[in-house]
Amino acid sequence: MTGHSERGRPAAPDAPAIELKGISKAFGTVQANKDISIRVMPGTIHGIIGENGAGKSTLMSILYGFYKADGGDIFIAGRKTAIPDSQAAIAAGIGMVFQHFKLVENFTVLENVVLGAESGARLTPSLSKARKLLTELAAEYELNVDPDALIQDLGVGMQQRVEILKALYRQADILILDEPTGVLTPAEADHLFRILEGLRAQGKTIILITHKLREIMEITDTVSVMRRGEMTATVKTAETSPEALAELMVGRKVLLRVDKAPAAPKQIVLDVENLRVKDDKGVERLKSVSLNVRAGEILGIAGVAGNGQSELLDVLGGSREATGRVTLNGTDLDLTGKLSDARTRRARGIAHVPEDRHREGLILDFHAWENVAFGYHHDPKYNRGWLMDNDALRRDTEEKIAKFDVRPADCWQTAKNFSGGNQQKIVIARELERNPDLLLVGQPTRGVDIGAIEFIHQQIVALRDAGKAILLVSVELDEIMSLSDRIAVMFDGRIMGERLPSETTERELGLLMAGITDTDTPHTVQEVEANLAERHGKVQ
Amino acid sequence: MSLPKWADVVLIPLINLLLALFVSGLVVLLIGEDPVNAMQIMVKGAVGSTYGWGYTLFYATNFIFTGLAVAVAFHAKLFNIGGEGQAQLGSLGVALVCLALPWPHWALALPFAIVGGALFGAAWAAIPAYLQARRGSHIVITTIMFNFIASALLVYLLVGALKAPGMAPESARFPEGTFLPNARDIFALVGIKFARSPLNVSFLLGLIACFLVWLLLWRTRLGYEIRAYGHSEPAARYAGIAPFRIIMITMLISGALAGLMAVNAVMGEQQRLLQDNVLGAGFVGIAVALMGRSHPVGVLIAAVLFGALYQGGAELEFETSVPREMVLVIQALVILFTGALDNMVRGPVTGAFLHFGRRRPKIDPAE
Repeated sequence: MTGHSERGRPAAPDAPAIELKGISKAFGTVQANKDISIRVMPGTIHGIIGENGAGKSTLMSILYGFYKADGGDIFIAGRKTAIPDSQAAIAAGIGMVFQHFKLVENFTVLENVVLGAESGARLTPSLSKARKLLTELAAEYELNVDPDALIQDLGVGMQQRVEILKALYRQADILILDEPTGVLTPAEADHLFRILEGLRAQGKTIILITHKLREIMEITDTVSVMRRGEMTATVKTAETSPEALAELMVGRKVLLRVDKAPAAPKQIVLDVENLRVKDDKGVERLKSVSLNVRAGEILGIAGVAGNGQSELLDVLGGSREATGRVTLNGTDLDLTGKLSDARTRRARGIAHVPEDRHREGLILDFHAWENVAFGYHHDPKYNRGWLMDNDALRRDTEEKIAKFDVRPADCWQTAKNFSGGNQQKIVIARELERNPDLLLVGQPTRGVDIGAIEFIHQQIVALRDAGKAILLVSVELDEIMSLSDRIAVMFDGRIMGERLPSETTERELGLLMAGITDTDTPHTVQEVEANLAERHGKVQ
Repeated sequence: MSLPKWADVVLIPLINLLLALFVSGLVVLLIGEDPVNAMQIMVKGAVGSTYGWGYTLFYATNFIFTGLAVAVAFHAKLFNIGGEGQAQLGSLGVALVCLALPWPHWALALPFAIVGGALFGAAWAAIPAYLQARRGSHIVITTIMFNFIASALLVYLLVGALKAPGMAPESARFPEGTFLPNARDIFALVGIKFARSPLNVSFLLGLIACFLVWLLLWRTRLGYEIRAYGHSEPAARYAGIAPFRIIMITMLISGALAGLMAVNAVMGEQQRLLQDNVLGAGFVGIAVALMGRSHPVGVLIAAVLFGALYQGGAELEFETSVPREMVLVIQALVILFTGALDNMVRGPVTGAFLHFGRRRPKIDPAE
């Protein structure tokens, strides 16, 4: 989707669809929302943008009745409305589409839509009413979903549509979407935006919460920026730019483009041949993957989450067994035996920034200095005979904290008390300072604030320029496009193709991510969806 | 939550304890006794004389070992509730060592008894550990079943192979060369009069064990790996820590600690192998570890407290018409308040600290 509908639509309605006045909310000593006021006019798409921890989700949870505000008022269509719980929110015409869907997996679409809004003890009248409505909505907004399909058989894009249908079935006039495109392919995201535009045309009001500047620019009419619990600005989208929004979000000028010289790739460092992985249930997650990474280049793996990227990182990092052949600097890596563990991989010169720093990369209850040794605690410089040399460890941590500008600069702070960006800096510092031959890095900037993203990208490029090989996995296409020297797209456990960033487009990558290889013929969204649904059905 | 460490380690357990004692007082009142009087008898009985201290610390020694056993396993998120059975097997190990030779001197017998007790306790923990690590059989289920097997095994041996002549199902008396010096003898050396009690050198062994466990958990690579594994298994895998190895080693250490209890109870006091020589100390160890926050210092303090409860309770039974079951009720209340109802106190205390402390966290957590 490229064209945008005309802005500043319906002619001056008298009252805003939603108005918040002076909303405040504190958790303990943390002020999550500070005196927030906002007006959203009916029939518009209003974006709310801000970094992790800026207070966006708190604000929406207040609007949906999950939290009670400490102070302030909510006005719906000009009337002051109390929203003590989500029932009241629904009654006020507010519908919410959460980041993590709230659907019953083994119910049909119809049953999910009706759930909680049944008209009586007998289910049949509700179901037939819903079926009729669903057919109408499908025609009106391109919201086609098979009403009798089980949720577990549907792809994420479809599941999201069911969430939207649920809200519409409850006659929502105001639709809140929390990071809706995080799990979608570009094609699916475009379709979602078309649905939203259709809804706007019908006079619905939409609030879109996101951290992606591109989406804000593409679809919203107005945008509010949040920073540290405060609303820093509300502007017309047509009158702003991504750079200006980024500056409002962070509070200083940010470089959105990655500044890097062309790569000078040398010898092959990592060579992967015919790699196969089966999960616990016997489903093949990697189906004959072959790729290589050279010294001094960044190979980016693009793909929608869950297409085998995690398994690839696990195998190379040493926490999962596989079959096939992998060589590092010309010598074989053990893929199943005693030497296939992460400790041996590290000793061979592979560093690994895992995709999920909370689950793998850090022990959240450990101090920062304990985390700096994590995975490298056998290193002689951290030990003195039988005992660990905690003093040496703390000295080392202080150095890394200073070099990577971790805040607060306190090595006794528990890992969970750092913000996402600073947690990631601790992991990056630990792995990059080993000066590895190969760096595996998964979702380096997930949940990381814009300021830290810039810094982390610079560090990765610096390692590349030092002649190291880097395998980057990210679901953010922007990140892949701007950081990689070469891009491989993964779909359903396979490499669909390799492209050079200078010679490809997001659209082409998007089709590859959906499993469509011949990019010469134009493809409709329906084809992409059919392909995704078929693949999803197989995996389930 | 930003509770200062001292509040977490000292204040909250103390409040929990006082609440438990208060409710106990109500129960005593309910059965028509004077709670203040009962309390006085308990305190005086437990710590009012060298006799009282002797018994209190003797019991405490048992609880130190079983408490440490639970605590070590807990750091790897393994809930070892088989301390009872592991201690029983430990007693078998100690007894076999003591009965094997006509030991000339206790100092010679003690190291072998330690090895025997630890080895047998560890072996008993090894089977559930292996089942957990390889087969995924839940360790709570297997360790508790192994308690019954241990008990049955001991009965089998004490009516058969190990039975001494006579009516009772018990082993022969250990040779005199295995008798450990008790507190009265030791204090007499420096001219202090200490009443006769079963308190013996094993108490010092318990203190050493506390220190060694602390050293293990917070100063060695193995302890680091145990704690990391306990916090997150995927993270441990990522760091190259093998879950199988950690589960096995942790449970072996845990079982060995439980087995060491027999050095105090069997070698130090009973001086023969009895059918029931653990007397529930394995289970008290769970409460001790819970109350001590799985930290060796906490375990030591909690063990002394539970030792005092045991000894004070015995006195209470002796001097009043408060039945023996009442002591069990008090212990149960202490466990209930320190373990299960911990959050009931923790919430308000944390709130109070936030309200009065005004110690702003340096970083705002996520929204």
